[in-house]
Amino acid sequence: MVKQKQETANQPDNTAFTQQRLPAWQPIISAGIVIPGFLIIGLAFIGIGVALFVTSQSIQVLEMDYTGVDKTSPCNRCTDPNVKSCLCQMDFSIDTLFKGPVFFYYGLSNYYQNFRKYGVSIDYNQLFGDLSYFTSPSEKCSPYQYDNNNNPIVPCGAMANSMFSDTFKLFQIVNGTNKEVPLDGKGIAWWTDSNIKYRNPSVTPLQMAFNNTVKPLLWANPAYQLDPADANNNGFINQDFLVWMRRAALPNFRKLYRRITSGDYTQGLPAGNYTLQIAYNYPVLSFGGRKTVVFSNVSWMGGKNDFLGIAYLVIGSMCIIMSIVMLIVYAKFRFSEEE
Amino acid sequence: NDREYNLSFKYATNAIKTSKYNLFTFLPLNLFEQFQRIANAYFLFLLVLQVIPQISSLSWFTTVVPLVLVLVVTAAKDATDDIKRGKVFSEHQIRTRPHTHKHTPSKYPLISLFPALRLQSEKWMNVQVGDIIKLENNHFVTADLLLLSSSEPLNLVYIETAELDGLVCLLCYKVLQLVSEVRCEPPNNRLDRFTGTLTYAGQKYALDNEKILLRGCTLRNTEWCFGLVLFGGPETKLMQNCGKSTFKRTSVDRLMNVLVLCIFGFLAFMCTILAIGNVFWELNEGSHFTVFLPRQNDNNAAFSAFLTFWSYVIILNTVVPISLYVSVEIIRLGNSFYIDWDRKMYYARSDTPAMARTTTLNEELGQIKYIFSDKTGTLTQNIMIFNKCSINGKTYGDVYDDTGQRLEITEVKRVDFSFNPLADPRFVFHDHALVEAVKLENLEVHAFFRLLALCHTVMAEEKKEGELFYQAQSPDEGALVTAARNFGFVFRSRTPDSVTIVEEGEQRSYELLAILDFNNVRKRMSVIVRSPERKLSLYCKGADTIIYERLHQSCSKLMDVTTEHLNEFAGEGLRTLALAYKDLDEEYFSQWKERHHEASTALEDRESKLDQLYEEIEQDLLLLGATAIEDKLQDGVAHTIEQLSKADIKIWVLTGDKQETAENIGYSCNLLREEMNEVFVISGSSPEEVRQELRHARSSMKPDAADSVLLPERTLVKGVKVITDEEVNGEYGLVINGHSLAYALERSIEVEFLRTACMCKAVICCRVTPLQKAQVVELVKKYKQVVTLAIGDGANDVSMIKAAHIGVGISGQEGMQAVLSSDYSFAQFCFLQRLLLVHGRWSYLRMCKFLRYFFYKNFTFTFVHFWYAFFCGFSAQTVYDEWFITLYNLIYTALPVLGMSLFDQDVNDMWSFQHPQLYIPGQLNLFFSKKAFFTCALHSCYSSLMLFFIPYAAMHDTVRDDGKDVADYQSFALLTQTCLLFAVSIQVLGTWSSMSYWTAVNTFFVLGSLAMYFAVTFTMYSNGMFLMLPSAFPFIGTARNSLNQPNVWLTILLTSILCVLPVVTYRFLLIQLCPTINDKVQMELSHAFTASLFSRRSGYAFSHAQGYGDLVTSGRFLRRPAMFLSSGFAHTGRTTTGFSPMGRSAGYSPTGRPQNAKVPDVEGTSLQMYRTFTDSAL
Repeated sequence: MVKQKQETANQPDNTAFTQQRLPAWQPIISAGIVIPGFLIIGLAFIGIGVALFVTSQSIQVLEMDYTGVDKTSPCNRCTDPNVKSCLCQMDFSIDTLFKGPVFFYYGLSNYYQNFRKYGVSIDYNQLFGDLSYFTSPSEKCSPYQYDNNNNPIVPCGAMANSMFSDTFKLFQIVNGTNKEVPLDGKGIAWWTDSNIKYRNPSVTPLQMAFNNTVKPLLWANPAYQLDPADANNNGFINQDFLVWMRRAALPNFRKLYRRITSGDYTQGLPAGNYTLQIAYNYPVLSFGGRKTVVFSNVSWMGGKNDFLGIAYLVIGSMCIIMSIVMLIVYAKFRFSEEE
Repeated sequence: NDREYNLSFKYATNAIKTSKYNLFTFLPLNLFEQFQRIANAYFLFLLVLQVIPQISSLSWFTTVVPLVLVLVVTAAKDATDDIKRGKVFSEHQIRTRPHTHKHTPSKYPLISLFPALRLQSEKWMNVQVGDIIKLENNHFVTADLLLLSSSEPLNLVYIETAELDGLVCLLCYKVLQLVSEVRCEPPNNRLDRFTGTLTYAGQKYALDNEKILLRGCTLRNTEWCFGLVLFGGPETKLMQNCGKSTFKRTSVDRLMNVLVLCIFGFLAFMCTILAIGNVFWELNEGSHFTVFLPRQNDNNAAFSAFLTFWSYVIILNTVVPISLYVSVEIIRLGNSFYIDWDRKMYYARSDTPAMARTTTLNEELGQIKYIFSDKTGTLTQNIMIFNKCSINGKTYGDVYDDTGQRLEITEVKRVDFSFNPLADPRFVFHDHALVEAVKLENLEVHAFFRLLALCHTVMAEEKKEGELFYQAQSPDEGALVTAARNFGFVFRSRTPDSVTIVEEGEQRSYELLAILDFNNVRKRMSVIVRSPERKLSLYCKGADTIIYERLHQSCSKLMDVTTEHLNEFAGEGLRTLALAYKDLDEEYFSQWKERHHEASTALEDRESKLDQLYEEIEQDLLLLGATAIEDKLQDGVAHTIEQLSKADIKIWVLTGDKQETAENIGYSCNLLREEMNEVFVISGSSPEEVRQELRHARSSMKPDAADSVLLPERTLVKGVKVITDEEVNGEYGLVINGHSLAYALERSIEVEFLRTACMCKAVICCRVTPLQKAQVVELVKKYKQVVTLAIGDGANDVSMIKAAHIGVGISGQEGMQAVLSSDYSFAQFCFLQRLLLVHGRWSYLRMCKFLRYFFYKNFTFTFVHFWYAFFCGFSAQTVYDEWFITLYNLIYTALPVLGMSLFDQDVNDMWSFQHPQLYIPGQLNLFFSKKAFFTCALHSCYSSLMLFFIPYAAMHDTVRDDGKDVADYQSFALLTQTCLLFAVSIQVLGTWSSMSYWTAVNTFFVLGSLAMYFAVTFTMYSNGMFLMLPSAFPFIGTARNSLNQPNVWLTILLTSILCVLPVVTYRFLLIQLCPTINDKVQMELSHAFTASLFSRRSGYAFSHAQGYGDLVTSGRFLRRPAMFLSSGFAHTGRTTTGFSPMGRSAGYSPTGRPQNAKVPDVEGTSLQMYRTFTDSAL
């Protein structure tokens, strides 16, 4: 017995792994699988596509350009860089009820928030409320690290510096008078941003933390005075600031400005005439940018986007067409494989 | 023995390092070596680029982490290789020393040194050249020594040289007594040669191989001996022989290198485009976008473009995948292990598993076009059996009945050798006439056997009285001496000066005066002995042609008869030797002896001088007769050759045998076939003749192309001409003789020869020298762009094994030399078909799939960046999260792709055997070529377009269902990378090629990697990670906030489906419209699978039983009609119906039996096939 063992000492193990006999399933691209598969995928896609398309169609969107490039545009006079604290008004009317909740966005185009050097110009440690980064902001913020007097800029960096500064007021014209539509600026940023990612330093009053620092060059107010109305909406957790700091992926983007959810407008914006009062501060014309305001409501699939629905419909139909083509090919050439 | 004096010459010390590194040098040395590789150096360069803040578009860790991992993996592999190398060395030593149980070898055996006649123990390590050392029994010789004296009576020592050539053979060496000065040749690696002189008291003595103990030998049966150290350490012959093998690379490797260079070019091209784009962007947009992002260098677009170029080099570096080489190595290693582990390539009788000695050539095994095979020991078993002989014009060995009909040996009682107490009981002979002849004291018969008992170099060992044990250098000799022993001429013992034999029970001692040793040129050996009656004779045995040239005219009549017999023997595939003798004149001999001594002490030209002397004395011989030794075919050889030729592999047999023998073996192993239109024999003896014969052969194969002087050749870039294959109708064979081959290999004719030979189905070269073997291989390598494989077992095949792309060694009877220089080794020729058709094919397939997939996934990954560049101002902004970039190749996609390339099988091994045609795509390089690479790049271009633009279109103006942002950069990055990972994972699982193979492991890898991706992503984007390092994990919350959106998932689904469906459609249409051989077999397989869904196992067993039956039958018939190769799908089992028994040979009984029946007499010979059978039937 022992001797026999000795003789086959070098015999390899007989396991499924070493002998490459692992149990396996081999799906084959055969007509029996592919053609029905395509058909099913096609039908499913058409179903999804229809659902998406219908949903998308039901979403109302109202978009208005207020850059003021046009001479006739009400904001045209604000485009002159010499005009300070310019106010302009845009009138518009809604024919049917704009179902609520209505979301009020501002949009920028040809604006490269996704430019690499723009994107990296941010100090997460500083924005996390780390006081040591208040006195010496990160290198990355350059050239918005220190001002000309070598004072640290807080919040530093190009991204913070370029924060959107137009403000809006919406009025419904009821019987010739302007009735202000309450705009809700709370909860417009991601919860994770306002509660974890961005923190104010735990110094009270908040202003104390900003001693010996300067506000970003383009800002009108320092960070601790971003929202004069709400003391808890200041510093780095200011909702508008957070929305801005969530950098856009593409050069044309929208950002949430306010929600219209309260007062008489819980159900949406009723049909009627409205006027939008714009505090025009933000310069975009120098680089060919455009500014828009967008009113929109949402559905289960988010904002209005026809592409997904159409794409699903197209792909679904193509799958069905392909399955028919394959069926024809299969029927015609099947016998050749038997030869 | 002045040690100091000797030391002053700076001879190499005896310390040998077999491993490359030690603990301390490992890190720096290994790192240095690794950074010599271009890929690693490139990544170091990238790292430098990343440190420059102006350029750095990615954090340093994206490059460092993969680089470190790659370096660690490679270093680990190098380290294990290094350790393994040391281990193999020692294991080898232990394994080949079966008798040393009592002696426990310590690492540095203490040996004795005696400078100034004082013995002193010293470690081997400290031994110096010039030292005299004492070796004791069973000691391992660790330096090249000159023997001085020994304990044995005649200063003989016995050594075992298993370590050197694998032969366990005791050789006796004469020992010199005195020493003063030794001059010898410089260190070299020839084990079988040594020249030097010893000067003592003004007299010169020759030193040759016989007086040298080489490192690697072991002292046996010798109490002690003294030796002078000649070479130490790395200068020893063993060490000189190690590590000289050339580095082989596979064609896929070469292609890969070319492609990597192309990719570099492509990378530069892409970066240039992006840099130019950056110029335009800066001029049109960027220079105006300064309100929010001022430019430090004042709108210098050109400089910005320059920086952009390098930034994109960093970002797009993933097109040149750093992990490619490491992954390739791992895959090859894995597939090599499969070869080692394969039980169906394990030979139980010698307990030898197959071994992949090189782990870098696997996929080449799937591309073999030409096989060069040795015959003896490779196709045949190399177990020699004395089968027939012709003595004085009479043949013995065949048995006839009364009517003169030849009887089958199985029907005849074997000869009873009990009259001879010293007979070997295993010896079988059937012709009683020969025993009668011996008993009748027939003079010639006696002389015949006396010659066999005297003229050889066999060592006898008599452990117990009457139990003789022969240690023969070649099995032929063993067989001959054993035959003589059984017929009453027992070789009993030998000393350097005498040979003792027992003749018919009477002990006689012959004085051994000279051995004129055998070599490949002389092809004969002689001994000169003085009988107890003081009669001086020369006995000679050798190749018949050689002997015939040296015969005395008086035996011309006998010559004719013997020639007839020889031809008859050769016709039956037997190995023949002619025997001759001559009585010598005492006076002439003493004079010759003097000259011999003179020549053998000459320092220069010793060998040719000796040859001349030998030539002189080996004249006017008298013919005694001839022997015929049977060398049985190995099991399954014919079947294997048939399978391989169905796989369109051309087999050339290069053998040292006679033409007739070779031809016959060719027929019996199915290489040449009766149905072949013609078998050309080239035997011209001048260049012109050979050329004419070759031309003639070609013109009869292909009449129209006969006169065309214009060769259908293609000139490559390097000016090397490549001869393309020429189509021939019908099957032809070519047999070429050794001397004709010599002419055919001349420069002017070689192309002619190659063209003709390549048109033939089978080529047999006979009487080939080892050098010619290598030349033939080189010739094919030079003019044909094909992969060659050489298989052999003996030392004479080493050159050929080293020359071919892949060398396969058969660990058989002739020692380990072929194995040691081979890339793959196993015990039986028939394993070759499994190595090629199964392992090779799979390896090739896997490697190609891997490469295609690997390039695909990296290109797809990278191209997305390219598209994004047009939307981010060519600012080198990455699309993905940096952590994803870091981990993509290392974690998220590494395991699935490894799983695919280690477990994938398009069809299982049995189907591979049934359809050898599946092998052909590999030969044509169909699965991975420049074209395939290009297709793969296009495919990834398409995928990347989908992967970028669908998320783009779906997300650019949308928001979350609570109105918040989802089109931000971080969400977009997450979406794109998730899409990418899904698309890539689905491809690896499903549609990558026509076929996929889902083992549990594969599926686990893929799903596990996806799960891993989500786990890692959620971890990276979690609060905890952010709180620890806010600046390293800015993506906090992205996964939570975007992956809960239905439209995100709908986008992922759409993108993945869009990446996959076109591929499926394309594949489906391709299968339907122009199916490849693989598709056909897979279709058939799927039909078979569905058909046998309920009785799957029995179906498998049945399919195997067919192959088995075929094997059994093919092994039993010497010669049988060929199958039609064109009948691609014919089952191999049913074509073996007709046979034409021809010739007759022990062991093969051409009796018709039902082919699928288990035939008892082959039971032992087809062990491994039985195992297959039972395995699959379990």
